[in-house]
Amino acid sequence: MPIISFTRRIVAAGILFVAATQPMLGETFAQRVAPCLACHGENGDSPHPVVPSLGGQPAPYLLIQLYLFRENQRASTYKKGDEMVEIMSEMTKGFTDDDLRTFSEFLSKQPPPPLPPLPTDPARMQAGRTLITQHRCNSCHNLDLTGRESVPHIANQREDFLIKTMREYRDNVRHGYDGMMASVLAPVTDAQIADLAYYIARFQ
Amino acid sequence: MAPCFTVRRSILLAGTVAGILLAAPAFAQQPPASASPPAAAPAAPLPPGSPLIGRPEGNPAAAKLAPIAPPPLPAAPDKLPAAKLKLPPGFNIEVYASGIANTRSLRVGDKGTVFVGTRLGNKVTAIVKKDGKTEIKTIAEGLYRPNGLAFHKGTLYIAELSRISKIDNVEANLDKPPKPTVIYTDLPKDEAHGWKFIAVGPDEKLYLEVGQPGNNVLHSPAHGQIRRINLDGSGAEVVARGVRHSVGFDWNPVNKQLYFSDNSRDWLSEDTPQDELNRVTKVGQHFGAPYCYQGNLLDPEFGWGHSCREFEAPIMLTGPHSAGLGMRFNTSKMFPAKYKNAIFLARHGSWNRTTKFGGDVIAIFLNKDGTVKLSEPFITGFLDNNNYIGRPVDVEFMADGSMLLSDDWNGAIYRVSYGKPRVAGR
Repeated sequence: MPIISFTRRIVAAGILFVAATQPMLGETFAQRVAPCLACHGENGDSPHPVVPSLGGQPAPYLLIQLYLFRENQRASTYKKGDEMVEIMSEMTKGFTDDDLRTFSEFLSKQPPPPLPPLPTDPARMQAGRTLITQHRCNSCHNLDLTGRESVPHIANQREDFLIKTMREYRDNVRHGYDGMMASVLAPVTDAQIADLAYYIARFQ
Repeated sequence: MAPCFTVRRSILLAGTVAGILLAAPAFAQQPPASASPPAAAPAAPLPPGSPLIGRPEGNPAAAKLAPIAPPPLPAAPDKLPAAKLKLPPGFNIEVYASGIANTRSLRVGDKGTVFVGTRLGNKVTAIVKKDGKTEIKTIAEGLYRPNGLAFHKGTLYIAELSRISKIDNVEANLDKPPKPTVIYTDLPKDEAHGWKFIAVGPDEKLYLEVGQPGNNVLHSPAHGQIRRINLDGSGAEVVARGVRHSVGFDWNPVNKQLYFSDNSRDWLSEDTPQDELNRVTKVGQHFGAPYCYQGNLLDPEFGWGHSCREFEAPIMLTGPHSAGLGMRFNTSKMFPAKYKNAIFLARHGSWNRTTKFGGDVIAIFLNKDGTVKLSEPFITGFLDNNNYIGRPVDVEFMADGSMLLSDDWNGAIYRVSYGKPRVAGR
C-alpha cells in the first residue's frame, strides 16, 4: 500500500477526531473521551495496530505525553513526525492544562491490558528476560514492568507499538521528555528490540 | 458510541478502500525469532549514557532512586511555595513570574527584559514588566532543549542541545523577533548531560560546557569540558577539562577568574562524592572527572593508575548529589555589604540519595586570594518532608540589585530583594 495515501487517510481521520474532542457547548466528558477510547480501547486494551494500550498507565506519564503532543514536541525536529503523532497533536490542540490533567487521570484509571493470548517461544522469552536485566529496564519500569510516576507501564503493551517506540527512542526520532530512553537504547540492535518487545508483550 | 468506527465508516463512505487503522506500517511485522543471536551475559556494561551505571544490584533502597522528572505543567500561582521559603532577616521573596513551563537559565537584558531558557520545553521566553503588568512573550520556538542563554551587548545567545544561535538587538524585537541565526554546531548530540549552560566572559568570548555523556564514562576528547568560542562561533578553545557536568559558571569580579559548579558522579554512595565548586586559574586545567572526584576520591573503576594529585582540586565541596547548578557573583548594591562579591549557588537538590539533600540557594564567601572562606544557607524551604515543593535552577541579578531565582519544578521565577518589604503583612 502506498504510504502517502495511508498518511493522507489517517490525517483526514485525525481532523475528524478533532471535531470530536474539542469541547463543544453542552458536551459531556464521556463524549469528549469517546474518541480516545475508540482507538486506544474501551477497557485500556488497544485493539488497533501500533496504537498503544493506555490502561494502567501512571497519570503523570499520560500527562507528560498529552503535554508533548499539545506542544508539538513528541516528534523530533530533525525528522518529520509520523501520522499518529500528527493526529494526537491535532486532537490535543485546544486542550487546556486542566483538560490534560482530567484526561490523564481518567485514562490512568482504566485497567491495565491483560496478558494477550499469543504463542510464546521459550527461547525468545529467555532472550528478552536477559536483555531486560542487562539494560536495567526494570530499574525504572519496576520489576513487574508496571512503571511509576513519569515512567510508563509497559507490561503486556502491544508488541508492534513497543517495537516502534523503542526504535524511535533509539534513533532519537521520538523525543522523550528527557533523554533517558535515547541513551539507554543507543546500543540496542533491531533484533534485540524485537526480543525485548516479544518478552514485554507477553510478560507474566 | 465508538467514533473511531464512525470515522472509519465515513472515510469508507468517502471512497477510501481499507480501514485506516487496520493498515499497519511495515515495522509492525515481526523479525523471525531466529534473527536474534543468543543474548550476551547479564553482566555486560550498561550503555554509556545510562544514569544507572554503577548502581548496586539487589539493594532495595537503591532500587527506589531514579532521576525525578518534574511535572510538565507549570504550577498555578496560588500553588507556588513562595510563602514557605526562608531567607535571612531583612530579605523578601515574591513571585516574579509564573506559568512558564520548566524555567531554567535566566538572563537579564540591558532594558530589563528577563529571558528564560528551558530544558524540557522548546521555547525561549521573555518577561517584560511594564506599568505594573507582566507580559510573557515567546521569542523563539521549535528549539531542542534550549537550556542555555547568554546576553551580551544587545544580543541574546541561545544554546540548544547541539547548536548555538543568536538574536541580535533582541530587546527591540520582542514582538516580532527574527529566527535565531546559528553560529556554532560543532557539538556532540548526546542526550545525557547534553543540555548546556553558556555565558559571555570578560574576554568577550562565549563560554559553553560539553558534559560527559553519562554518569561515569571514559569519553571522547570533545566531551567533559568547558570551551570558549568567539562571538561569531570561530576559534574554539578548551578552557577546562575533566568537567563532568557544569550547569553554571561566572567570573569573579575581583580576580576575573572563571568559577564553575560541577556535578559529581552518582551511585558511588549516599554521601560521596560531593559536588564541586571549581576555579580555573590556567587555561586547559583538568578537574578530575571521571578519574578523580571531590579532589581526593579516585573513581573505583577509572581511577586505577591515577592519583588525585594529577588534577585540580575543587575550592569547595558543595554536598553529596546536591546538584549545584546556576551560580553568580553578587555585585548588587541592594544586598548588605557582607554579600558583596559573594557567590550565590542554586542547588537543584539530589535524586541519588535516600534522604534528599540540597534544594536551596547558598551564599559562598571568598577570601582575598579567591579561595572559599565559608558558606551559609540563603534560601531554604524547597524540601518538605523529603519531597520537593520546588527546585532552584539559576540565579541572576537585575539592574536594581535584586536577585531572580528560577524553579523548574513549578515553572516559576522568584525575586529576592533586601529592605522594607513592598507587600504589606509579609
